[in-house]
Amino acid sequence: MSRNRLSGPLDDVAGDAGHVAHPPRVGFFTDTSVCIGCKACEVACKEWNDVPEDGLDLLGMSFDNTGMLGANSWRHVAFVEQPRVTGRQDPGFDGLPTGTSGIPETAGAVEPRLREAPRGGSELGTSPLPPGGPEPQELGMPGFDRPGDLADAGTRTDFRWLMASDVCKHCTHAGCLDVCPTGALFRTEFGTVVVQQDICNGCGYCVSGCPYGVIDRREHDGRANKCTLCYDRIGDGLEPACAKACPTDSIQFGELDELRERADRRLAQLHDLGVGEARLYGRDPDDGVGGDGAFFLLLDEPEVYGLPPDPQVPTRYAPSMWRRAGAAAVAFALAGVAAFAGGRR
Amino acid sequence: MSGPQPAPAERRSDEGGAAGRSARMFQGIRRGRRGGEPTVVPEAEFGSYYGRPVLKAPVWEWKIAAYLFCGGLAAGSSVLAAGADLTGRPSLRRSCRIGSLGALGALGASLYFLVSDLGRPERFHHMLRVLKPTSPMSVGTWILSAFGPGAAAAAVAELLPARVRRRRLAGRLLDRLARPLGISAAATAPAVASYTAVLLSHTAVPGWSEVRDELPFVFVGSAAASGGGLGMLCAPVAEAGPARVFAAVGAAGEIVASRVMEHRLGLVGEVYREGHVATLRRASESLTAAGLLGTVLLAPRSRAGAAASGLALLTGSALQRFGVFEAGVASTKDPKYVVVAQRERLDARAGRVRSPKSG
Repeated sequence: MSRNRLSGPLDDVAGDAGHVAHPPRVGFFTDTSVCIGCKACEVACKEWNDVPEDGLDLLGMSFDNTGMLGANSWRHVAFVEQPRVTGRQDPGFDGLPTGTSGIPETAGAVEPRLREAPRGGSELGTSPLPPGGPEPQELGMPGFDRPGDLADAGTRTDFRWLMASDVCKHCTHAGCLDVCPTGALFRTEFGTVVVQQDICNGCGYCVSGCPYGVIDRREHDGRANKCTLCYDRIGDGLEPACAKACPTDSIQFGELDELRERADRRLAQLHDLGVGEARLYGRDPDDGVGGDGAFFLLLDEPEVYGLPPDPQVPTRYAPSMWRRAGAAAVAFALAGVAAFAGGRR
Repeated sequence: MSGPQPAPAERRSDEGGAAGRSARMFQGIRRGRRGGEPTVVPEAEFGSYYGRPVLKAPVWEWKIAAYLFCGGLAAGSSVLAAGADLTGRPSLRRSCRIGSLGALGALGASLYFLVSDLGRPERFHHMLRVLKPTSPMSVGTWILSAFGPGAAAAAVAELLPARVRRRRLAGRLLDRLARPLGISAAATAPAVASYTAVLLSHTAVPGWSEVRDELPFVFVGSAAASGGGLGMLCAPVAEAGPARVFAAVGAAGEIVASRVMEHRLGLVGEVYREGHVATLRRASESLTAAGLLGTVLLAPRSRAGAAASGLALLTGSALQRFGVFEAGVASTKDPKYVVVAQRERLDARAGRVRSPKSG
């Protein structure tokens, strides 16, 4: 048990944080195979939690104009277009004029511009044209031709959209919580991770401590913000706003043990249906963060959705880092002693 | 229109032309580097979400790098000041304490900047609510709280006019306490010099996390070089012997540790070797090496040589901190430093799992 305090599996996270007689750990299971990309979760979250607007930019890459999670977006719906099908689905293109997707061209034009942004595009809603950045580029969009009316018709018979609603993972070993120097971030009795807004002094350490790039400091407010898993709602026996609003039950809220069983059944079902690429992400308590409180069923590699393939909590290396720092400190002290003991000059 | 035709299930990615490139990039937005620009060295293909970063870039500014330098300088100076006090080198003690007061002033200025750089500056004291072993910033807050007052009081005692020090009660008290306070500062100085490496490495930032084994040695070397450099700059040649030894050992350690650190890095080593950071690091190494040579060859003979060597070491140390800081920030902006490194880790683990079966 004691060796799992910093990383690895941990059965009772709330108990480890000092809660006694606490309710069972809760979380999200986000089944992206049934996500329709409606963004009701993003809207419901903003409405309930009074999260400010995150920029009304068109990001120029897909229907996703949020970009990533951050201080002002606690749910983020990713859109990925791919030239393949899911299982035995029919894209319905047979006999129709089809053409290449515009996505690669726009993505290719947008990406180098993201690097010009002050924080490399990790700010929310980063426009591809930050002020003073590169010149606009003609992409020929929006087009009013039918797909395939232009050159190389017939190249896009296979097609699917991946849509996934991302959220704070409420890690078993949370990097943000571990590094917070004020105690503003804390583990709730439900095993979730929440920022106490009256304590946070905006030091920004959590922003660099999170291996998923979730938490961020809110501009003009100065404090760190992220998903609270609707701490106020679940305390009253309600489900979080995003799960409540999700029309396809892609976002499922519940006790984590039960969600994990449900996810395993859904995965087996999808594999039986021929969707071999389906996989669970963040479900495994043996992963680098001890398993996520909010985990996902994905239809491609995690990085395709902007998720790290093998995240690790930085605290995992804390003992070895302090040992190295201790050795360096001893070397420093010895050099100081040697400076006076050695040269009598 | 030519009715439904049997199309290949997936377009081959090695076909030429725009359609081929399009199909290649279309694969789940799998891409090489910088979408499109042809490069001489073939880059690892990896998946990403439209090339957007996985991590958040640090919200910290240059002030943090300046703070790393000032903290190291204060630590190095306080060790020399206490040593000089104990071994009867009044000029070295005086110059180091005054120098360390200057560094403390800079540290104070940095702390002021850091506090004003907080999202909620008026809540800076919330840092003192807890002592959290898992948070290097919390540990560092308490290390600085132990170091700062002693170092400052010893320096103030040095600055007091003799009249005040002899006659006023507070002055006499401070005069008595100057030595123990200086020693207490020197005792905490190694922690001040080394904890900042953990502060950076205890993050998800690849450019800082991956150098966790060497960074403490780079930083204490840099601290000793800058502290010794300040001693050589301020104290007369006759009394600056310990400062020269301290600076030379520190500079040599810093150069070696920094070389090892850069050499050992995999893909993320790019952020240390390319662009603006490379310029900073080359300048830092040149200045530190020149300062080291000057410390050994010129400083024992010439006051001007000692001062020039000291300045070179101080500048080299400052540039080292800025280089490491900027490298980490750069490593968060491109998803490849996260995705490719973690893929390699996963593959290595999968290989380890598979190998017992095959073997």
